[in-house]
Amino acid sequence: MHIVSAYDEDLKFLTGRVAAMGGMAERMIETSISALVHSDGPLAQKVIGEDEKLDAAQREIDDRALAVIARRQPLADDLREIIGAIRISSDLERVGDLAKNNAKRTLAVATTRQSVKLFRGLQSLAELAATQLKDVLDVYASREVSRLTAVRDRDYEIDAVYTSLFRELLTYMMEDPRNITACTHLLFCAKNIERMGDHATNIAETVYYVQTAEQLPVDRPKHDRSHDVTVDTGAAAPGGAAS
Amino acid sequence: MSETDTRTQATSGVSLFVTRLVEARWVIAVSIAAILSVAAFSSASWPFVAVSVLAVVAVAAFVPRRSRARRRRDAEAASLLSPVERLSAERLAEAVPDPLILFDQAGVIVHANKPARSAFGSVLGGVDLMLRFRAPELQELVSAQLAGAGRPTVVDYAERVPIERHYRVSASSIGAGSGLHVLVFKDQSELRRVDRMRADFIANASHELRTPLASIAGFIETLRGPAKDDAAARERFLDIMNSQTGRMARLIDDLLSLSRLEMKPFVAPDEKVDICNLVRSVIDSLNQLAVEAGVEIVSEIPEGPIEVPGSRDELIQVFENLLENACKYGQSGKRVEITVERSSGGEPGVDVTVRDFGPGIPDEHIPRITERFYRVDVEESRTQKGTGLGLAIVKHILTRHNARLTIRSVLGEGAVFTVHLPSA
Repeated sequence: MHIVSAYDEDLKFLTGRVAAMGGMAERMIETSISALVHSDGPLAQKVIGEDEKLDAAQREIDDRALAVIARRQPLADDLREIIGAIRISSDLERVGDLAKNNAKRTLAVATTRQSVKLFRGLQSLAELAATQLKDVLDVYASREVSRLTAVRDRDYEIDAVYTSLFRELLTYMMEDPRNITACTHLLFCAKNIERMGDHATNIAETVYYVQTAEQLPVDRPKHDRSHDVTVDTGAAAPGGAAS
Repeated sequence: MSETDTRTQATSGVSLFVTRLVEARWVIAVSIAAILSVAAFSSASWPFVAVSVLAVVAVAAFVPRRSRARRRRDAEAASLLSPVERLSAERLAEAVPDPLILFDQAGVIVHANKPARSAFGSVLGGVDLMLRFRAPELQELVSAQLAGAGRPTVVDYAERVPIERHYRVSASSIGAGSGLHVLVFKDQSELRRVDRMRADFIANASHELRTPLASIAGFIETLRGPAKDDAAARERFLDIMNSQTGRMARLIDDLLSLSRLEMKPFVAPDEKVDICNLVRSVIDSLNQLAVEAGVEIVSEIPEGPIEVPGSRDELIQVFENLLENACKYGQSGKRVEITVERSSGGEPGVDVTVRDFGPGIPDEHIPRITERFYRVDVEESRTQKGTGLGLAIVKHILTRHNARLTIRSVLGEGAVFTVHLPSA
């Protein structure tokens, strides 16, 4: 509580806007994947339109945060709260951009009808990333930072699924060159989702810092081994494919 | 000092005096101070001062501070107050089976009833409602409510992760100047999932059912044409067709079982289950299968009951699926170990570990084997009569139980599936 109640309102406005951005970003992840899986062009257009709102919200948060810093000269936890809002909103804005990029690829993927099996992995990857983002934003609301370490450590699951998906998509391309267009787009989509998970992890770190004034330990587990995945041309047996 | 109403009437005798004295303590203190200061300056006799002080205290203790007429009115008002009017909002909220959240004019959660706490976890008092419910529709609903929309408003709201749930949410003001509002969540998951189930069934099942169906159709054609009079081929083909229809039946069973699980409304399980007994009964029921597969089940289960909240039937299905998988895919190891132990370190609970000594699972498949229809080896899965849904069912049940499944494997040495069930 501050003596000037307008100051409290400023801070409340910032956290409220950040949460609203979080809600939009969460929704965009869901709808972009749903558009992709069901080849739903209009839905994809909607996601692309949503991104503008997210950008506007981020600019609004930036402006307001700067104004608060200039006017109130915040210190200690108030300052961390404001800087946190700026950082989280820029992470969320990136998540929105990535979701928009996935939505844009919908049309390219839809030109050739793909079998469901291509999308299953992508769906479960997106589910993991969405869960991650939701958990982190829930902690932003409840401030139970004890739950953050587990949330952040789970990032390795996303990396592991991503690596596996990478391999699977390579195999499909190897099987039939006609798959290459769609699979390349899907590969980028998977990469985008993996990046969303990283942004969620960044947010977790920011929330932890805002609440405790300490950094989470830096040695964060890395399990994205897609950089050294190769697939033998001779052994092009589909990884986990059901025929 | 405010007049207490029913409480003063209920107390009697000494406690009544004490109450009056406590209520009037400031007036008494000031009066005594005034008397003392007057006495100090006017050199009045001390007995006189003592009598004055006593008089002040006595008046405060014995003279009722409300007129008789007013007391009668209060008594009448209290007796007219019906039980409903005296009921606290909190108790009423607890009795409602749907999640219900009370919040104040600032949008801060004041109270969340038990269903709300079990459905949304971190809905604690003091948390800002708009931070917890971030979906655009709910943001709009709550801000419209706080801005003073007169009539109750309703939106549809879905949580997709970790478990898909659909709610029809209505916001309304409690009114009577309390400045409180209420959000009520009506679970609509079942209705929505019927739609989704149909879509899913067509997407997943049609693809999976087509393969056996195509093979059956092929054999029928062969039996009608080239193999018409070949008795030996007919026998063989009928056998294959039989196993294919069996596969289709199992697939449909598993799909239905998964759909049924998804249809259930999400409630945190509150039944207590003894894991030790449950695992023992699962081992008994699978003994026959293990003997046929030539696998020995070695179990290490502590004596005493270890209880965790959970649904008995669902947990049986989890361990049956895991143990069955271990027997089938780890057949070459000739041995399957199952252990139950209290978790050491971390979250309190119980760990159930199923270990086989088969070929193991390649690293790149581990993160994904709980996906629907994901198979490490398509041929192996077919010969073992797998449907590709067993672990998806396991994962779904464990998510409902807030439990964790950890899978580790070293190629050539087997696989270890560990289920961690939290004890609260």
